[in-house]
Amino acid sequence: MDNWQNPLQKIDDYRWRLPKSYMAGMRVPGIIYAEERLLEAVMRDKALKQVANAAFLPGIVRYSLAMPDIHWGYGLPIGGVVATDIEEGGVITPGGVGFDINCGVRLLKTDLMEKDVKSRIRELVNTLYNDVPAGVGSEGKIRVSPEEEKKILTKGAAWAVGKGYGTKEDLENTEEKGCMEGADPSIVSDRAYQRGKRQSGTLGSGNHFIEVQVIDEIYDTGTARVFNLEKGQITVMIHSGSRGFGYQICDEYSRDMGRALTKYGIAVPDRQLACAPVKSPEGQAYIASMKCAANYAWNNRQCLMHLVREVFEKVFKKSFKDLGMDLIYDVAHNIAKFERYDIDGKNRLLCVHRKGATRAFGPGHPDLPERYKEIGQPVIIPGDMGRNSFLLVGTQKAEETFYSTCHGAGRLLSRTAAISACRGRSIAKELEEKGILVLASGKGVLAEEAPEAYKNVTDVVHVVHGAGISKRVTRMRPLCVIKG
Amino acid sequence: MKRYEQIPHTADIALRVYGKDLRELFINAAYGMFDVIADLEGLESSVSIDINLEAPSKEELLVSWLDELLYNFYTKGIIFFEFDVNFFNEIQLVAKAHGRHVGQNRNRLKTEIKAATFHDLSIREAKEGLSTDIVFDV
Repeated sequence: MDNWQNPLQKIDDYRWRLPKSYMAGMRVPGIIYAEERLLEAVMRDKALKQVANAAFLPGIVRYSLAMPDIHWGYGLPIGGVVATDIEEGGVITPGGVGFDINCGVRLLKTDLMEKDVKSRIRELVNTLYNDVPAGVGSEGKIRVSPEEEKKILTKGAAWAVGKGYGTKEDLENTEEKGCMEGADPSIVSDRAYQRGKRQSGTLGSGNHFIEVQVIDEIYDTGTARVFNLEKGQITVMIHSGSRGFGYQICDEYSRDMGRALTKYGIAVPDRQLACAPVKSPEGQAYIASMKCAANYAWNNRQCLMHLVREVFEKVFKKSFKDLGMDLIYDVAHNIAKFERYDIDGKNRLLCVHRKGATRAFGPGHPDLPERYKEIGQPVIIPGDMGRNSFLLVGTQKAEETFYSTCHGAGRLLSRTAAISACRGRSIAKELEEKGILVLASGKGVLAEEAPEAYKNVTDVVHVVHGAGISKRVTRMRPLCVIKG
Repeated sequence: MKRYEQIPHTADIALRVYGKDLRELFINAAYGMFDVIADLEGLESSVSIDINLEAPSKEELLVSWLDELLYNFYTKGIIFFEFDVNFFNEIQLVAKAHGRHVGQNRNRLKTEIKAATFHDLSIREAKEGLSTDIVFDV
């Protein structure tokens, strides 16, 4: 690692400071959560510059933060966390949320053990593949009228539950109870409706997936018991977002915010970080639209979970309740939230952008459901399709990151590099040899998403655990995966 | 002259697009985008749409153009691969995009592009005409 210029100052084994002197115009320093061996990957692309770019945002407090799964995105890096003080001209930027607004993950448990599913894995993956719409522009089986579409935007996951696609407990165990207040469907463009219609209950493409897993390691028995989880138990993870609806909203506001930069005299080094003060009409319009997309996504994941439960019912000939298919939790990892923090001795309302980062409230936080008050918020970290995923919980110490932690493995190779590394190989076969069945609808998706294209999620989780901003509870190993 | 090439980008897809003038650059950018989305080889066009756009700068116009095509791909289910583009000036265009309905061609679909981004976007002079790097969120 001698041949690269390292501008980072070591704070401790898990924290690195990017000083303000790195780039003129940074309002605050950056802090990167990583171990030394992960830094090389960070330095290789433009992610560090993006951490610095984000430090230009008006009203930013403390630091421009990056989680250990940081990599080059657009606007904010993936793994970026930025909080702005609303009363101090703090801004909101669509580039700090991303196109897939409220992309997120949910984890549900089952009472099945590995031995119960071992001989059924192929049937399970085939049925998931047939019954859950996935792939480019896929359309849903759940039909929604235009009037109903608006209700989804204000009610979120509660819409699906109201239609019988889930239970009240599901909502309790979803971040924000599956609905952000203040969503305003009347300002949503007809184009966003057009792109979002027929997509409720669809997985999408790229890195979105449904994975059946087995718990192969318990790190914290006491906390695992609160989740009713033990070694050998089967879990299901669902990763998806707001589909075309959210993409269209981000697209429109990214464009509009360009004008806001001039209007409010804001200078940012990357046009994709175009922003407006939270309190401005432009900021408020984006927020009300972003919340619609967030609610769309929660409803989508609720619908997807319903389809997954139906698949299990079909395969195992038991109701999902008898199969113990309870939702552990659902997290958003592309979103902006309004949360209160003590900044310089004053309690301030901040706009916390988490782009490829997961909220991680510690024990006792008032926004946690009763059953998780003592253990902290569940944090769900998927790995690549060939390696492990993790369940963690938030900690008090995570206050230093505005209660934020990593969101996944983080890419290591570009898609082109992954495809050329996989040329002539069958990724599906390689995974099958490891006992993992994979079905994907898109051509080339398996090569793009090959395990080696990602950092090892175990290393990423090691950092957030070591830094104390979340705590490992269980590790899961994939048995079968469907990809879009 | 190469129409476009994929350049490495860790999380998303980035294209370096070439064109002898703005018209060709826009056409090649659109072709490159759909080449990422679907297998275009041997497809013959059977349907067209009209597009009229105006934007504050040529870069903004390029993003609008690509996003307009994406919007039509997702809502009308048309894969586009032939384009007639005419500029009034650098920030205003009238175009016809030709393509084919996804219909029977579903198995040609490869990658879902969410949007074209403004990340580090600038249209610059190249050896033979113009070139630009575009990052797509996928």
